[in-house]
Amino acid sequence: MADFIAWVLVIAIAAYACAGGTDYGAGLWDLLAGGAERGKRPRRLIDHAMAPVWEANNVWLIFVLVIMWTGFPTMFQAVFSAMWLPLALAAAGLVLRGAGFALRKPTRRLAQRRIYGAMFAVSSLVTPFFLGAVLGGIASGRVKVGTTASAHAWANGTSVLTGLLAIAATAFLGAVFLFSDARRFGAHDLVDYFRLRALIAFGAVVVLALIGLPVTHDDARYVWDGLTGGWGLLLIILAAVCGLATVLLVLRRSYGWSRYTSVASVALVVGAWGFAQRPYLLPTSLTVAEAAGAAHTLRWLVIVTGIAIVLVGPALVLLYRLDTLGELEELTAADTGAARTPGDNL
Amino acid sequence: MLSTAALLANSTPAQLLPARELMAFTLASHILLVPFGVALPFITLLMHHRALRRDDPVALTLARRWSAVMAVQFAIGVITGTVLSFEFGLLWPGMMGRWGDVFGLGFGVEAWAFFLEAVLIAIYLYGWRRLRPWTHFWLAVPLPPAALMGAFGIIAANSWMNTPQGFSLDAQGKPVHVDVQQAVFTPMFGPEYWHFVVAMLLTAGYVVAGVYAVGWLRGRRDRYHRLGFTVPFTVAAILTPVQFMLGDSAARAVFHKQPIKFAAMEIVWKTDTHVPEYMFGRLNSDGTLSGGLKIPQLDSILAGFKPSTRVTGLTSVPAADRPTVVQATIAHWAFDIMVTVGSVLVLLALWYAWCWWRHRDNPRSRWFYRCAALAGAACLVTVECGWITTEVGRQPWIVYNHMRVSEAVTSTRAGSLWAMLGIVMVVYVAVFGAFLAVVLKMRTRWRIADEGSAAARAAPPPEADTPYGPRGEPAAAGAAPDHTPGGTS
Repeated sequence: MADFIAWVLVIAIAAYACAGGTDYGAGLWDLLAGGAERGKRPRRLIDHAMAPVWEANNVWLIFVLVIMWTGFPTMFQAVFSAMWLPLALAAAGLVLRGAGFALRKPTRRLAQRRIYGAMFAVSSLVTPFFLGAVLGGIASGRVKVGTTASAHAWANGTSVLTGLLAIAATAFLGAVFLFSDARRFGAHDLVDYFRLRALIAFGAVVVLALIGLPVTHDDARYVWDGLTGGWGLLLIILAAVCGLATVLLVLRRSYGWSRYTSVASVALVVGAWGFAQRPYLLPTSLTVAEAAGAAHTLRWLVIVTGIAIVLVGPALVLLYRLDTLGELEELTAADTGAARTPGDNL
Repeated sequence: MLSTAALLANSTPAQLLPARELMAFTLASHILLVPFGVALPFITLLMHHRALRRDDPVALTLARRWSAVMAVQFAIGVITGTVLSFEFGLLWPGMMGRWGDVFGLGFGVEAWAFFLEAVLIAIYLYGWRRLRPWTHFWLAVPLPPAALMGAFGIIAANSWMNTPQGFSLDAQGKPVHVDVQQAVFTPMFGPEYWHFVVAMLLTAGYVVAGVYAVGWLRGRRDRYHRLGFTVPFTVAAILTPVQFMLGDSAARAVFHKQPIKFAAMEIVWKTDTHVPEYMFGRLNSDGTLSGGLKIPQLDSILAGFKPSTRVTGLTSVPAADRPTVVQATIAHWAFDIMVTVGSVLVLLALWYAWCWWRHRDNPRSRWFYRCAALAGAACLVTVECGWITTEVGRQPWIVYNHMRVSEAVTSTRAGSLWAMLGIVMVVYVAVFGAFLAVVLKMRTRWRIADEGSAAARAAPPPEADTPYGPRGEPAAAGAAPDHTPGGTS
C-alpha cells in the first residue's frame, strides 16, 4: 500500500513537472522575448496559450504536498525542515509568478505591464530552480530525519545542477508547446521562432545531463547507480528516445505528436528517478515502508485518489480538449462593455 | 510525557512569535478572498441563469463582468492558498510530522475538489465566446458543489485541530490505530462547516451588492444597478437569519466540546453557575474585567437555556494550558464583534424583507443603501473575527489538548522568520493593492462605457454628442476611486 502511494506521489510530481513545467517554460521565453515592441507577439501568444490552463496545472503541486504530508508525514517534516530556504523562496516565486501573470492581463498601460510581466517571468525562472534544487538535495541524500536547515542541503553541485536541469526541461516543454500553439493561433512567424528555441533548450538539457554524470557520480551515488542500471536505465533510455523523437518531429514540423513525446520524455525521467530511489524516500536513510503513515489513512488516500481520477480526469481532458480546439477565448473589452481610460497606451 | 509537556510550555522558543504572525498574516489575507472563491461562482451563475432564461442583456452583462473579476480574484486566491500549504511544512513541521496521517486526508479531499474547481472555472471564464450558451452554463453548474467539497476538506482539518479524535496514543505518545472516518467527522465539524459555508455565501452576497448600493447612492438608478444589487443582496438576506441560528449553535457546540475556548470567548474566569455575560471589556491578570457591559445571568442562559447552567472557567485548568490574558481578550473581542455585526445584519435583512412584503420592492431609504454598502466590509471584518475567535481561542494548543503550538513550530531561526514575515508583508500588500487597483480600474472602464452609451442614447444630435460624450467622463471617473468607501470593493 505504501509503495502504491509512493508511486502516486512520483506520478503527481511527474504531472506537475509536465503541466506546471510547460507554464514555467513559457515564463522563461517571456523573459527572453526582448523589449516591449520586439517581444509583443511572442508574449501575446504566451498569454493566450497559458491563461486557461495554468491554474489547473498549478494544483498538481498542492496534490504533491498533500500526498507527502498525509502519506509520509515524517518525510514531509524532514524535507521542509532541511530545505527551509529553497522551499520558502519557491513559495515566494509561486506568489509573484501567479500574481504577475494574472494582473498583467487586464492592465492596459505599458509601464504597469512591464512590472507585472517582469514579476511573472523572473519568478518563472526562480521557482523551478529551487524546486529542482530540493529534489537534487533529496536525491543526494542530504535530507535525513532531523536534519536542520542549512545551505549545505541545497547549495551543492547536485542541487544546483538539478535546478538548472529543471529550468532547461521546462524551457524545452514550453518551447515545444508554444511551437504548436503558434500555428494553432495563426501566428505563423512564431512557429519557427519557437522551433529554434525548442532545439536550443533540448541541447541545454543534453549538455546539463552530460555534465551531471561526473558531478553526481560520487555525490549522489545511490541514485546515480539506480539511473545507470535496471529499470532506471531503461526509462532513461526511453526518455532519451522520446526526446530525440521530439527533436525530429519538431524539425519535420509535426505539431500534434511533438507535444506528447516531449511530455513523455520529462515524465519518464521523473519515473526513472522514482525507480532509482527505490526503496528509499530519502536516500539512503528513510525507506518508503519506514516513512509510511497509518495503514487506514493510506487506504483512504487510495480511495480519495481513485475518486479524484474519476472526477477530475474527465474534466481535465475536457479542458485540454477545448483548449486545443481553440474553444477557450478570453472575454474582450467588447464582451463586457469596457471603455478605454486616459493613460491606456496598449 | 506530562513533564516534558510542562517543560516545553515554560520554554517558549524564539521562533514561535514570528511563525504565528506569519501564519496569521497569510491566512488573514487569504481568507478575504475565500468568500469569493466559494460563493461568487454561485451568485454569478444565478445571474447567468436569469440572463439565459429571460433573454436579459443587462443580466448577461453583469454575469460577464463578474466573471471577469472572478478571473483575477481566483488567480490571487490560488496563489495565496498555495502559500498556506507550503507554510504547513515551513512553519509547523512538528504538527504535520506527527499528525499528518491522522488529519491530512481532509486536505486530500480539498485538493481534488479544488482541482475540479480550477478546471471548471477555467472552462467557464474562457467559454463565453465560443461555447453554446446553455452548454457553457451547465458546464459551470458543478462549480458550487465543488467549492462546498473543498470547504469540507479544509473545515474537516480545522475542526479536527479543535476536537481531535480518531486515534489512540502508544507509549511514546505517537498516534496509532487511526480511524479516518472519526478523524474527519469530529464533534466540531458539523457546526463549524455550516457556519463557514453560510458565512462565505452571505459575505460574497453583501460585498457584491454593496458595490451597486454605492452606485445607487451616487444616483445611478438604472436597471443594471438595481439587478446587480437585488440578486446578491437577496441571497445574503435570506441566509442572514440562518447564519444567526447556525452561529448560536456553533457557540453552544464550543461550550460543550471546548469549554476553555468558550471561557475565553465569553471571559469566564471561575467555573460557576449564574454567570453574567460581558460585552467587550479587558481581562486583567487577576481575573477582573475592566470596562465592558455586564448583563447578569445571560451567559449561563445562552449556554444552557437556564441561569443555573454551570459554565467552566479559565482557571479550571493550569495557566500553561489556557489562553493568556491577552489572548483571551482578543478572542473575546473578536467573538463579540462577530456577534454584534451578525445581529445588526439580521436587522438589515428584516428591513429588506419588510419592504418586499409590504411594497414588493427594494427599500427607498438612502439609509438602507448606506447600511447595505457597509454590510460587505462589515462581513469581511466578521469573517476575520470568526477565524481569530477559533484560532486564538484554541491557544496554546495547535491540536487541542494534544500538541502545543510551541511543540509544532519549525526550528528555523527566529531572525529568518522575521525577515520572511517582512518580505511576505511587502509582497502581499503590493499584490493585494495591485489586485484592488485592477478591479477598480475594470469598474471605471465599465462605468465610462455605460455612461457613454447612455449619453449617446439621450443626446439627440450626433454632432453635439462627441464633445460631451465619453471624452468628458474620465476626469470624474479617474478621481472616483479615492472617495470610495471601504465597503465597495
